[in-house]
Amino acid sequence: MAFKQILANQHFVFEDLKTLLAKATPLRSGDCLAGIAATSMIERAAAQQALAELPLSHFLNELVVPYESDEVSRLIIDSHNKESFTPIAHLTVGDFRNYLLSYSVTNKEIALISEGLTPEMVSAVSKIMRIQDLILVANKCVNITKFRNTLGLPGHLATRLQPNHPFDDAAGIAASILDGLLYGSGDAVIGINPATDNYQSIGKLVHMLDDIISHYAIPTQACVLTHVTTQIEAINNQLPIDIVFQSIAGTQKANESFGVSLSILDEAYSAVNSLNRGTLGNNNMYFETGQGSALSANAHHDVDQQTCEARAYAVARRYKPLLVNSVVGFIGPEYLYDGKQINRAGLEDHFCGKLLGLPMGMDICYTNHAEADQDDMDMLLTQLGAAGVNFIMGIPGSDDIMLNYQTTSFHDALFVRQVMNKKPAPEFEHWLIKHKIFNSQGELSDQSHLGPFADISHLLR
Amino acid sequence: MSNKSIKRIDKQAFDVDAWHKLQNFTQARIGLGRAGGSLPTNAQLKFNQDHAKARDAVHAHIDFDAINTALKQQNLSSIHLHSKAKDRTEFLQRPDFGRQLNNNSKEALLHSASSHKKGMDVAIALVDGLSSVAIQKYGCELVQQLIFEFNKLAYTSSSIMLVKQGRVAIGDEIGEIINAKSMVLIIGERPGLSAHDSLGVYYTYNPKLGLNDASRNCISNIRPQGMSIHDATEKIIWLVNQSFNKKLSGVKLKDTTETTENNRSQHSISGNFLLPK
Repeated sequence: MAFKQILANQHFVFEDLKTLLAKATPLRSGDCLAGIAATSMIERAAAQQALAELPLSHFLNELVVPYESDEVSRLIIDSHNKESFTPIAHLTVGDFRNYLLSYSVTNKEIALISEGLTPEMVSAVSKIMRIQDLILVANKCVNITKFRNTLGLPGHLATRLQPNHPFDDAAGIAASILDGLLYGSGDAVIGINPATDNYQSIGKLVHMLDDIISHYAIPTQACVLTHVTTQIEAINNQLPIDIVFQSIAGTQKANESFGVSLSILDEAYSAVNSLNRGTLGNNNMYFETGQGSALSANAHHDVDQQTCEARAYAVARRYKPLLVNSVVGFIGPEYLYDGKQINRAGLEDHFCGKLLGLPMGMDICYTNHAEADQDDMDMLLTQLGAAGVNFIMGIPGSDDIMLNYQTTSFHDALFVRQVMNKKPAPEFEHWLIKHKIFNSQGELSDQSHLGPFADISHLLR
Repeated sequence: MSNKSIKRIDKQAFDVDAWHKLQNFTQARIGLGRAGGSLPTNAQLKFNQDHAKARDAVHAHIDFDAINTALKQQNLSSIHLHSKAKDRTEFLQRPDFGRQLNNNSKEALLHSASSHKKGMDVAIALVDGLSSVAIQKYGCELVQQLIFEFNKLAYTSSSIMLVKQGRVAIGDEIGEIINAKSMVLIIGERPGLSAHDSLGVYYTYNPKLGLNDASRNCISNIRPQGMSIHDATEKIIWLVNQSFNKKLSGVKLKDTTETTENNRSQHSISGNFLLPK
């Protein structure tokens, strides 16, 4: 269906829904690279006006990727909850924005409609929102998950301790884990990106993390972020896998480029459920996403990168994951050019994921060929703190020496916790206080304090 | 008001964590210390300095004239080429432009190829990629060692292609035009904080437009603190010989040579020291 809009005495025609969505998207380099971005500010403004006037029900009738050829589209339509949608079925996208911002709409109301929302509706409303809207509405959403601790409670901020090493050296990884734990990091997960996908070395890392968590009785979970099929193999071989990780995207073809499909993810979900290793709950999947992944696999079907990203969340929510995060600045400047684009994309991803019911965290990051620096990351970090992000990354000194990019440090998490009065996951916080790593105000102890590692102090000094 | 109430504060050592010796186990920025919970001044400034090096490496202007002069002194000829990306800003936003020659370069190359119709065994390209600094510092030396080895093996080689604003796949177009049997493309890698001057080498047998990364073999982290130029040369020669035997390159040509890890830290403790033995 074509959409017409008159603005500033100009006639604009947007030939279909995906075109309208793409033209309404705030400027980013990836949509320009794809050749689908608005070509003038006024065209973008006209598209946003037309989008605001579109009824939400339209999104159930016109798909951006055909139902017949894409299993993500089929998942979105087949899992749509009509009953949840009823309260908002008569609203336009513009009305929906007003509704979300209303005082009377709280987490309770949003949770009731969440299953009635499709990724495209959520993406659409985000395109007519400013950063403060994205923060305010996301801040209303409370999406709590549990495995060995409780993540996503209001007033809390967790971190993934990411102890990566360029050749998976056990001592090097152990050193980063110790550093992180003594800085109060690691409640979301201790998660390693391995340098190799060699099965034997993956197995060693899985055992290593499990041994550390057991020995020190840390209320957290472990993950080795290798391909999902390798993790299924590990589970079948009785390796101690806590949660299963996979990178996912918003179209079937993009997922195929990652070597995954819904059926492979179903198999992984069923395998990890069979282990039942969670003590407080059984959210046991972990997904990473990021705007631009579909385009980079040439699998975007001329859909804008933010809508493709939101569609990945439909895949994620099928598996009631413990953790989901976008790796927002990792992909490079051809998709998100500078700090401004990375910042907005991060807040959009967090907002869309939260509205769709996901426990959203964020890898607040950049590469050295992007026009971004630590100040840009501080702005996104602070804004996501205000938006109530479930977790962020924690890495020594912001420098990932394996993946060669910069993400948030252990210190960065302490900063957000300090200025916004946020606490780690309660069970993890209890562990930190018990080992006198934190005092009851959440401040770190003296720098000579080795907490649970006092027994190995002869190795450290 | 009495001055007695104003006390000098003690200068504390903010940047010493009790476990800072663990820095011997990893290049990760551990044991940095803290001021409150925040980064102490020294660590903050060190980070900024490393980021500055990486950023400058991306944006540095490459001086191919100097490289051309250096190559001439070794009796090596070169050809200047430019991708479709007109400048760094466009290069960073349009990877597709960086993979194609601009029209002038294409014509120049076609002209050159018309006088060397037989082609050659190996084409060599130096491409600025994402670190001009890496090419400027180590590009010539790697080329010289390669040519030395190729001559010993009686492999014919091309003039050295000096490519501005280029990405890896531009080697496919170059190789096809000059009818090269194989392409050794040397490129500046995306700078990290710990290394802003790494070279990468992408090797392709029978380079042609339309190939993807599955057809290439990559050797990465070539720099004094990573893989030495000597070791990289050995690996490249191994790849060329193997690919000429098997008539292919890429994922089907697995590298079985030993990897030397110069940057592996030398420490007395190995393995997971967090657990009792």
